[in-house]
Amino acid sequence: MSVRYQLERVGMRFDGAAVLQDVTLEFARPELVTLIGPNGAGKSTLLNIMAGLRRGFDGRCLLDGRPVLDWRRREFARKVAFVPQTLRFDFPFTADEVVLMGRTPYAGGFFDSDEDWQAAREAMQATDTLALAGRDFRSLSGGERQRVMLAAALAQRPRALLLDEPAAFLDLHHQLMIYSLLRQLARGGLLVIAVTHDVNLAASYSDRVIALRAGRVVADATPCDALSAERIREVFGVNAEWLRRSGGGAWIAYGD
Amino acid sequence: MGTKPLTPGRAARILAAAALLALAVMLVTPLAGPVRIDLLKAWRGEFPDAQMFFGVRWPRTLLAMLSGGALALAGVLFQALLRDPLASPFTLGVSSGASLGAVLMIVLGLHTVWGLPALWLGAALGALAVLVVVVSVAAEGRRVSSFTLLLAGVAINSIASSLIMLLHNLATVGQSFAIVHWLMGNIDPVPAPTLAGLALIVLPVSVAACATARQWNLMAVGEEWAAARGASPQRLLLGGYLAGSVLAAAVTAVTGPIGFVGLVVPHALRLRIGSDHRVLMPASFLVGGAFLALCDTAARTLLSVELPVSVVTALVGGPVFIFLLRSRRRSLWL
Repeated sequence: MSVRYQLERVGMRFDGAAVLQDVTLEFARPELVTLIGPNGAGKSTLLNIMAGLRRGFDGRCLLDGRPVLDWRRREFARKVAFVPQTLRFDFPFTADEVVLMGRTPYAGGFFDSDEDWQAAREAMQATDTLALAGRDFRSLSGGERQRVMLAAALAQRPRALLLDEPAAFLDLHHQLMIYSLLRQLARGGLLVIAVTHDVNLAASYSDRVIALRAGRVVADATPCDALSAERIREVFGVNAEWLRRSGGGAWIAYGD
Repeated sequence: MGTKPLTPGRAARILAAAALLALAVMLVTPLAGPVRIDLLKAWRGEFPDAQMFFGVRWPRTLLAMLSGGALALAGVLFQALLRDPLASPFTLGVSSGASLGAVLMIVLGLHTVWGLPALWLGAALGALAVLVVVVSVAAEGRRVSSFTLLLAGVAINSIASSLIMLLHNLATVGQSFAIVHWLMGNIDPVPAPTLAGLALIVLPVSVAACATARQWNLMAVGEEWAAARGASPQRLLLGGYLAGSVLAAAVTAVTGPIGFVGLVVPHALRLRIGSDHRVLMPASFLVGGAFLALCDTAARTLLSVELPVSVVTALVGGPVFIFLLRSRRRSLWL
C-alpha cells in the first residue's frame, strides 16, 4: 500500500519572509512526482516539511490522516524515507555502513539482522553501488555519494520516497539509471517525490509535475501541461520549445 | 580503507582484544614500581606483597582505568554530538567548571566541607553549575542544537579559565603550588570509598551510553539524517551531553583535568576499527582505561620523581598517534 499525503494551506516563514504559502496538495496513489521551480521557490522546504523535519509551519500536513509531527519517529521512518541533496561526513564511515544506517528504524537488537543485510544488498544492487561497499564515504565522488544515500533510503523499505535533487551530481548514464529506477519504484507501489532542475528528466519520467514559484504552486499537472512552453516561461522566465527527437520522444530545448 | 561492516563475530573479536589488553594492563601495571611484588604471594595474602598490591597499587591502576575509560568515552560522545573530530571532554566547559570549583576551594583554604573533601565537592559543584548554564543558554524554547551547545560551552570554558587565572593571581605561594598541581591532573592514590563512588557513577553511565551506540552512528552523520531514520536527535543530544558531562566531571573532580586521552584514543581506534559506535564506544572505554593506566605507570616509574600523568599522556600518546596516522597514510582522511 502506498501512503496518502494531504497538505492543506501549508506555509512557512523564515525571519518574516514567506518561503512557502498556501500550498494545498494531495498525493493518494503511487506515482513519480517531480517538483520544479526556480531557486528559492520553496521546493526543498516543502520536501522537508513532508519529511517531518521542519517545525513551525502553518496549515496541516497529514500522512495517512495523521499530522507528520505527531507520528512516532520510528514508525514514520518506516513509511517515509528522505534523501538529502548532499551529506558532509566528519568521520570515516564506509558506504555499506551508511546504507545499513537506513535499517535503524527496524533495529531490534544491537546488530544488523540477516534481513537488514538483505535489504542493504538489494538497495546497493539497485543503485549500482555494490562495488563501493567498503569505501570511505568521504572518498566517493558527489554522484557516488548520492547513489549511496539513495541506497540507504531504499534499505529503509519505505512507502514514500522524498528526494532533494537526486541527480544533481550524476553523470548522464546514472541520471537516466536513477530516474528509471525511481519510475520503476513508483510502478511498484511507492510514492516518489523528487525535486529537480532538469525539465527533460521531469518530462520524460514523471507521472505528475508540480511547479512552484515564490512559494506557491503554479502548476500541478501531467508533464505535458505543467512543462508547456508558456508555463516554463511563466515559472522560470526562460524561452522554451518542445522538439521531437528522431526516436519519437520529446525534448525540451530552452534558451534564446 | 576497507574496514569490514560490523558482524557480531567481528565485534566480539575487537572487544575481546580490547578487554584482554585492559585485563593485562590491570594485572601487570601494579607490579611495576620501586618495590618488587610477587603476584603469587599477593594472591595468597602474604605480607607485604598483598598490602602493596591490593592496598596501594591496584586501586591506583583501577582509578587510572576508570578515569581513562570515562574520558575516552566522553570524547567519543562529544565528537559525535558536535560532529567535530576535535571535540574532547573539555570542549564544552565541564572540566573548566570543575577546575574552577576546585581552585576556589584551594583559595578559600577549605579542606573538608560536610565531611567531604572540599576539592571534590568544589569540582562537582563547579561542573554542575557549568552544566546548568550551558544547557539553559543553548536551549531555544524547548529545543537544543549542537551548534548553540558548542558556542555556549566554548564561552563558558573561557570564562571559567579566566576566573581560574584571577584566583591564581590572588592566591598565596602555597596555594598557588596546590593550584598548579591540581590543574596538571594527577592519578593520586584515593581511598577505596572514593574509588567505589567513582565506579558507581562511571560504569552505569558508560553502559547506558554504549547501549545507544546505534543511534550515535546516525548522530555522527547529522541530526536530520538521524531524525529521518527514526531517531530523536533532541533526546540524544541532551542525553549524550549529560552523559559525557557526568563522565568528564566525575573523573575531573577526582584527578584534575587530564588531557589528550579523550581526543586521541577515539581517533586512534577509528583508524583501526572504523567509526561504528557499537564497537567504538566500548573499545574506547577499555583502551582509554588501559592507555591511562600505562601512562600513569610510566609517570611514577620512569624517573625518581613522579611526573604529572598528563605530561606522559601527551609525550607517549602523541608519537604513537602520529605513527598510527602515518601507517594509514594511504587514505587521506582521518
